[in-house]
Amino acid sequence: MTKEQRLKKRYRAEKRFKMYGLISVSLAVIFVLILVQNIFSKGSSAFSRTMIEVAVNYDSSLLELEGPINQNSLKDADFYDLAVESLLKIYPAKDSKEERQILRLFSPDYEFEIKDFLIKNPNKIDQIVLVKITASDDIDQLNKGNFPRDLPEDRRRVSNYQLNIYDNLIEKEKIDKKFNNYLFTKGDSRDPELAGIGGSLMGSFFTIIICLILSFPIAIMASIYLEEFAPKNKITDFIEININNLAAVPSIVYGLLGLGILLSVMEFPRSTPLVAGITLSLMTLPRIIIPCRASLKAVPPSIREAALSVGASKFQTVFHHVVPLAMPGTLSGTIIGLAQALGETAPLILIGMVAFVVDIPSSPVDPSASLPVQVYLWSEQAERGFVEKTSATIMMLLGFLIVMNFIAVYLRQKFEKKWN
Amino acid sequence: MELNNSKIKIKAKNLNVYYGKKQALFDINLDINQKEVTALIGPSGCGKSTFIRCINRMNDVIDICKVEGSVEIDGAEINEKNVDVVTLREKVGMVFQKPNPFPKSIYDNIAYGPIIHGAAENKDQMDKIVETSLKKAALWDEVKDRLNEPGTSLSGGQQQRLCIARALSVNPEVILMDEPCSALDPIATAKIEELIDDLKKSYTIVIVTHSMAQAVRVSQKTGFFHLGKIIEVDSTDKIFKNPANKMTQDYITGRFG
Repeated sequence: MTKEQRLKKRYRAEKRFKMYGLISVSLAVIFVLILVQNIFSKGSSAFSRTMIEVAVNYDSSLLELEGPINQNSLKDADFYDLAVESLLKIYPAKDSKEERQILRLFSPDYEFEIKDFLIKNPNKIDQIVLVKITASDDIDQLNKGNFPRDLPEDRRRVSNYQLNIYDNLIEKEKIDKKFNNYLFTKGDSRDPELAGIGGSLMGSFFTIIICLILSFPIAIMASIYLEEFAPKNKITDFIEININNLAAVPSIVYGLLGLGILLSVMEFPRSTPLVAGITLSLMTLPRIIIPCRASLKAVPPSIREAALSVGASKFQTVFHHVVPLAMPGTLSGTIIGLAQALGETAPLILIGMVAFVVDIPSSPVDPSASLPVQVYLWSEQAERGFVEKTSATIMMLLGFLIVMNFIAVYLRQKFEKKWN
Repeated sequence: MELNNSKIKIKAKNLNVYYGKKQALFDINLDINQKEVTALIGPSGCGKSTFIRCINRMNDVIDICKVEGSVEIDGAEINEKNVDVVTLREKVGMVFQKPNPFPKSIYDNIAYGPIIHGAAENKDQMDKIVETSLKKAALWDEVKDRLNEPGTSLSGGQQQRLCIARALSVNPEVILMDEPCSALDPIATAKIEELIDDLKKSYTIVIVTHSMAQAVRVSQKTGFFHLGKIIEVDSTDKIFKNPANKMTQDYITGRFG
């Protein structure tokens, strides 16, 4: 081969390599875009909620109130009759079957929404007031354009009669969309229009806090000891290898550990953020220790020598110089470890966090769900409303992960000291 | 071999150092005089740095390093188990090959040593220590207006003088310098050498250097190391003008090394 041929071959090889690289990068970008587009197109509609405006007659005689009318007596009152009376007026019904169909246009919570409105505005008693009531999931999806109307009636969830009412309400501009605050304030529910991630949000929050409180100090202390103080011998080598092994253990194994020890032996309360936090911190520990040790190792030996040579003890050298310099890497390692824990599903399923929990937990020992488990739970539901809620939850989860990773990168860049 | 009327500050007797199985120093016997500059010369890897790291027990940090034999400072053995290395290093300061200021302000760089040893009772005393240390290191005039800037923002030569000032801040008796000018340009080197000349009035200095010229310029006594052994120790004058050993002669004239 002549020199010229070799040169040409070298150029070709370089060109080919660049092309392969470009292809892989664009493939990766395309997949991410497809994922994001898919989630957003499905999930964005979950952030709005369809409301039907109804003229409610707050007729006090229907409330069967005894004594004076005030907020307390209203709280105990039964609003069912009053609510049904007003709702049935939106469209003529010829029999009880059609009446039931009218009521099914609304979310099952209509009674409480009507009640809450009066409790907030007690002066509206005995008046006719326009109140916006959450529509049922079927009407919500119809309004968002997710239900095809041209199917035969027996294959539709919305009957012809209900469609007529809907069209009539649209004509009278009684149907409206508003921001879906239920998505953030409510816990889980069997009815998609009433289900929210409030409970799982709090559950995830408590879980991560417990995970942080447990794993951060232990991981930091362990890595400082192993890296700076422990003698280098067979025992520390063995520990080091096993930390690396633990980081690679599938997360579901930690779930089994939590189930076996925390729930069965120690009898901690089931499906609580407390147990989830402890289980996840076991999983997170090695994943924090490894980057912590790496960042301690990255502090140049010259800094240690400098401190030692002015008469700092080993302890002073480590805590005055090495640890502060390693802090940015340590913190970002911790945050990334916690972000992984936040997205973990499998171990939480094993410790019972898949339970259907309606109440929003107010402490780490209340039963609760967590964001990734909520995704898993809702993805199994058939209703169209849960499909969009699933995607919306994924969006929230991804949002938190991106924010956490961003903080990690920011900390690393902001506080990283430059040395020679 | 002994120089007249100077007191011996450091005395190394039968010093052997091992890195794992490899022996780095063989039976070193060396006396270092008080308030004088002793230069250690020799080819790379001959054990000069290992030797001076024995004087403040910096070798303790290296796990596989084992030191045998005796080093005495003012007649007191330092290799005993009960010797506190912190007190020892307060007495024996060190300046390294590459300037290694802490990534902190100039002020904090100097103040760190006095703080951990509790040398100052209040801010005024600390300011005084910082000022004198920087003045002794001939850096005060250049940095007095920017004591809060990071030490790493200084030039290489200034950083090295900052490191010298840091070593001086804890009032040592001995200063060990491990090729302090190898990372510096000639102008910065000249400044450091001038400084060393000045410092020898109050401190005992041991300097490792690769530059013969530097050894001649700054030192009164020179030791020539080769392959972990001391080949020859004598007054600098004698070593460079009329060495007793053929190997020393060959090394200083540039025939090997």
